[in-house]
Amino acid sequence: MAIVIFSSELQKLTGEERTRAKAEVFKDIVAEIANQYSALEHDELMKMAVAIDGEIIHTPFLEKVAPDSEVHFLYRISGG
Amino acid sequence: MSKTHVTTSINGEPQEFLCEPGDTLLDVLRNDLNLTGTKEGCGSGDCGACSVTLNGRLVCSCLVLGVEVEGAEVGTIEGVSTGDGLHVIQEKFLEHAALQCGICTPGLIVSTKALLEENPSPTEEEARYYLAGNLCRCTGYDKIIKAVMDSAETLRGGA
Amino acid sequence: MSEAQEFKYIGQRTIRPDGFDKVTGRAAYGADLTLPGMIWGKTLRSPHAHAKILSIDTSRAEAHPEVLAVATFKDFVTLQSESIAAGEGSADVLDLARNCLADDKVLYHGHAIAAIAARTERAAKDALALIDVKYELLPPVMDVEDAMKEDAPVLHEDMFTAGYDEKPSKASNIATRVEMKMGDVEAGFAEADVIVEREFRTPTAHQGYIEPHACTVTYDEDGQSMIWCCTQGHFDVRTSTAKVLGMELSKLKVIASEIGGGFGGKTVIYQEPVALVLSKKSGRPVKMVMDRDEVFIATGPTSAAKLKAKVGVKKDGTITAMQGWMAYEAGAFKGSPMMPGVMTMFTPYDCPNVLVEGFDVVVNKSKVAAYRAPGAPQAEYAAEMVINELAEKLGMDPIDLRLKNAAKEGTQTIYGPKLKKVGLVECLEAAKNSPHYQSALPKGQGRGLAAGFWFNVGGQSSVTINMNPDGTGTIVEGSPDIGGSRASMQMMAAEVLQIEPRHLRPIIADTENLPYSQGTGGSRTTFATGMAVIEASEKVVAQVKERAAAVWNVTADQVEYADGVARNTAGEDSMTLAEVCKGAEKTGGQISGSANINARGAGPSFAVHICDVAVDQETGKVDVTRYTAIQDAGKAIHPGYVEGQLQGGAVQGIGWALNEEYVFNKDGVMENPGFLDYRIPLASDLPMIETIIVEVPNAFHPYGVRGVGESGIIPPLGAVGYAVGNAIGRKVEELPCSPPRVLALIQNG
Repeated sequence: MAIVIFSSELQKLTGEERTRAKAEVFKDIVAEIANQYSALEHDELMKMAVAIDGEIIHTPFLEKVAPDSEVHFLYRISGG
Repeated sequence: MSKTHVTTSINGEPQEFLCEPGDTLLDVLRNDLNLTGTKEGCGSGDCGACSVTLNGRLVCSCLVLGVEVEGAEVGTIEGVSTGDGLHVIQEKFLEHAALQCGICTPGLIVSTKALLEENPSPTEEEARYYLAGNLCRCTGYDKIIKAVMDSAETLRGGA
Repeated sequence: MSEAQEFKYIGQRTIRPDGFDKVTGRAAYGADLTLPGMIWGKTLRSPHAHAKILSIDTSRAEAHPEVLAVATFKDFVTLQSESIAAGEGSADVLDLARNCLADDKVLYHGHAIAAIAARTERAAKDALALIDVKYELLPPVMDVEDAMKEDAPVLHEDMFTAGYDEKPSKASNIATRVEMKMGDVEAGFAEADVIVEREFRTPTAHQGYIEPHACTVTYDEDGQSMIWCCTQGHFDVRTSTAKVLGMELSKLKVIASEIGGGFGGKTVIYQEPVALVLSKKSGRPVKMVMDRDEVFIATGPTSAAKLKAKVGVKKDGTITAMQGWMAYEAGAFKGSPMMPGVMTMFTPYDCPNVLVEGFDVVVNKSKVAAYRAPGAPQAEYAAEMVINELAEKLGMDPIDLRLKNAAKEGTQTIYGPKLKKVGLVECLEAAKNSPHYQSALPKGQGRGLAAGFWFNVGGQSSVTINMNPDGTGTIVEGSPDIGGSRASMQMMAAEVLQIEPRHLRPIIADTENLPYSQGTGGSRTTFATGMAVIEASEKVVAQVKERAAAVWNVTADQVEYADGVARNTAGEDSMTLAEVCKGAEKTGGQISGSANINARGAGPSFAVHICDVAVDQETGKVDVTRYTAIQDAGKAIHPGYVEGQLQGGAVQGIGWALNEEYVFNKDGVMENPGFLDYRIPLASDLPMIETIIVEVPNAFHPYGVRGVGESGIIPPLGAVGYAVGNAIGRKVEELPCSPPRVLALIQNG
């Protein structure tokens, strides 16, 4: 089960700092936690980038997540 | 308003064009003569991207009227290399990576050529002040000045 | 991976393949395309900083014989508020459209209202006076603090601050509030022996590219369109423009011209959809080129900011708590880079207790656009100034204080993940050992030092490498080349193919020739497009082995490829790359390798800069006397162009710290929209910029590359700001350190 860690911003909506997710693909993890926390919006989460075990991935839709991987939702940085 | 007929010489070649009284030399070069190597960065003589020589003198072509070049000699970036290879200055700019986006490069090369014809042995400070009218936003000028100093040495017969 | 790789071609100072066109004036930039029958477009811009548009009457203009077309907001399709992928991450498409041409309000002096096309540029400009606009003037809000007040005039009636637990009942100018934290800053400050807390201000500054925005467009009877424009991301121009005009993507081709500087500012559309409307209505190609003042008043500058930083340390230099507050001006529409500011502010430090609060605030200025590490320079400036002050109070070397708390592999960031391998410590050590730092500070001068962090991005890049029958090849890629990246693409392909770089020609394809490629920005090109080049090259090598194997009746794994030659390991035969390519027609067709990737694993780049300044005590003029820029490049593919990025970023930062700012009058009109008074650094202002390239390879790139384009603009604000304060014995809190401000500091203490 992947470990999903919420930023302090997302913690305002979830009430907790972390949870575990059964799903193995990013899009399914999003569906799972959007279900688990009513205040989290599925579409908003889909727009975010993610860091999986420290590696930042901008378009993580089909990204596989291993058991015990740490998943962080991130603002999608662009640049100039 | 009818246009003025102008006869001039650009990079050693005779040229004729028609222009409005208010057209700048820069407008004429770019829009009427298809010599787009000279660039417009500001239109008010502050950036030097439009640098050309007029009767051997370095000027901003955005501050010269098209009608003013009647009977004159205009030198643009297109006339710097002589057809059988690059000018030393052009080579040195490439060697030293003295350009990134390259938009200021034509103006800088024309200005550098004018500098070295006037002063074949400039100090770094003299070079920097002579070229102060050519703005560059990409390079921070370091490699440009190195290219200029290296060009000067090569043209004097050095390494 | 890439720890101690020996390279055949990587790391050389090759001549860039596009260089000949650039030094001869042949290279074609945004304003350089002329088409038969082409006419010119010019834009009518608001003279007011804040007003309701009561009516726009274009009838006189449309009746005029010289006017061939007129465009207003009505010519765009009806849009709903929607986030779309635009150059800068994402943008609200309705805001984007309203910024291209105003809807029911003008929100800044210079806001585009309508456009006219005529046979000459002058005729188009003169005809603008024929458009009658009626305004109801509103009070302008020109400052972030004023904009945040309870009673401030509101720019958008439908803006309710996001980020509070309860949606506010009253509209405001604060679009978003964000708070990020870890640990317990209160407990952290309680443990501290010394605390420094300061407030800072940074100005509205522009990216300052020398080339104004320009495009030439066509729109034919079938709706098939073409945009030639200077842009950092032509695929994103296509996305945005198609959205604003309700076009199918296959109907719109975008060609990226050579680009005369971008720095993030050319990732947004301004004139493109307007020019297409004019082209459609007139049936002619249309060229639109901004004047210099239009560039300043109507294209994204970067956010002015008000910032607070508070840091606590123990006597031995251990940082116990870090707290930040920032309010960024977004300009007329929401979306400043406040979030990256929050995320980067204290990231160079390993501290368990951090709290940062940020506000995205609208004001009656041009909508901001990305500018080299957007959001980071302002926030990190505040942090670095406070860290330097703490070092001074502790009597500790500012490098040692940073080394003691330096972020490294495993450091927890405030935005979630732990850092992977990074090179801050190496940069700090290089700074300490640098000739500059080792040299004594000349009498009367001031010295400052600062660090900087930027994430860098990966993203989508598409490359095809087509091999010719003579063994030379074309590298077809989709990343507009702003700074010389084609040279690096050439080298990376050469390294895999093991042939001289000069045999490979890199070109930038248009949107019809390649799959989507994300724009050039975010320090991503050498990293992500480079990765795609490497992958495409590897596919070429795989095909070469297969073809050779087929000729020799062996299997591909019995063929080895080295030094540009395929060898049969099960026999004596060999073929050069050129020989295999010559025979390709017979062995299965021309050889071509493609890679369409979404690059991940972009490695952050840390930077450390050292600055010495001399201040004229009578005039307040500051001269930079010595400057060193140190940065982690992971692996410098072309050292000359890496140095160029470090120097360019440093000088933009020096300009931002010393002279660059927008000056507004009380009506919200910019008074210095030109290079004379918006004073960017000149050749005569500066010394040589010493550079030190540190290489701590990024394990996620085959050659260890980290993007370098952006981090270099971050340290100058703190290094210069602190050096000035050091020289005059005062605390610098406001940038830029222009002569009047420095003089005031000297005189008033």
